Amino acid sequence: MTLTPLFFYLFAFVTVASGFMVVTARNPVHAVLWLILAFFNAAGLFVLLGAEFLAMILVVVYVGAVAVLFLFVVMMLDVDFAELRAGFIRNAPLGAIVGIILLIELIMVLGFRLAGPLSTAISLPIPAAGSSVTNTEAIGRILYTKYVLLFQGAGLILLVAMIGAIVLTLRHKEGVKRQSIAAQSARTPAAAMHTVKVASGTSTVPER
Amino acid sequence: MNQLLLDYLPIAVFIGVALAIGGALMIAPFLVAYRSPDPEKLSAYECGFNAFDDARMKFDVRFYLVSILFIIFDLEVAFLFPWAVAFKEVGVFGFWSMMVFLGVLTIGFIYEWRKGALEWD
Repeated sequence: MTLTPLFFYLFAFVTVASGFMVVTARNPVHAVLWLILAFFNAAGLFVLLGAEFLAMILVVVYVGAVAVLFLFVVMMLDVDFAELRAGFIRNAPLGAIVGIILLIELIMVLGFRLAGPLSTAISLPIPAAGSSVTNTEAIGRILYTKYVLLFQGAGLILLVAMIGAIVLTLRHKEGVKRQSIAAQSARTPAAAMHTVKVASGTSTVPER
Repeated sequence: MNQLLLDYLPIAVFIGVALAIGGALMIAPFLVAYRSPDPEKLSAYECGFNAFDDARMKFDVRFYLVSILFIIFDLEVAFLFPWAVAFKEVGVFGFWSMMVFLGVLTIGFIYEWRKGALEWD
């Protein structure tokens, strides 16, 4: 059947086109929306490769969470279009250097791929054709035992991200009245009220 | 085309139908709806006033904190899926490796709780 190449070219074209729109869109909010489309199509490409788990994680994590985060960051920046365009020329060499490094790395990956077949260390997560092992199970078999250091490293990176986000952004407002349930429950009628004796014929409340 | 991709074909059909219906609903008003625009009809309406300012205002940084903490625990759960599927194969070592991972993130969770990052004010 010729459906697979058809879907490959569809997903690849939409991914590249929406990636192009991400960097050229004038409105950052539109750029984020194009980014979501790019993520969805990249997930489609993963499914075509047989990497179901990665595809689903891409949709869940990137589309669901990172895109929300990007939207927040975009909303938090004071978007000044004139200033953005002025910075473009000044920052262009830096962006070009990063882009060229990435391009060289991609070319090297492609070169190694063409030079020989994948080593077994890399191709291990891909189940052998005809086996009943699913993609998710194949990842699970090696991630927690063979690559345990990388796995724990990921956990530490998440911890650093969590602490960093709290340290950088958490500011408590002064003088906020919070409910203290323990203090509230421990309060007895004896502590909460007292009887005042008012002398006959006067209206003044004596000082306690 | 292998069995795996055939399993996903209904999703492609579903997306195609959704695109067709969504596109039709978006394009049909341009073709059939009666239009006689005037400036008052087209201006932004805000409870009878003219709009006070732009809707693209800056958000409070606390929304950012809530969403980044959500993403971190989202990723933690994502790591649990392959572990649960391959639970029989990974053995005792894999079990404790996941427990250490969860322990490290629980340290972060306790820190977050003690610092009051889950309180709004």
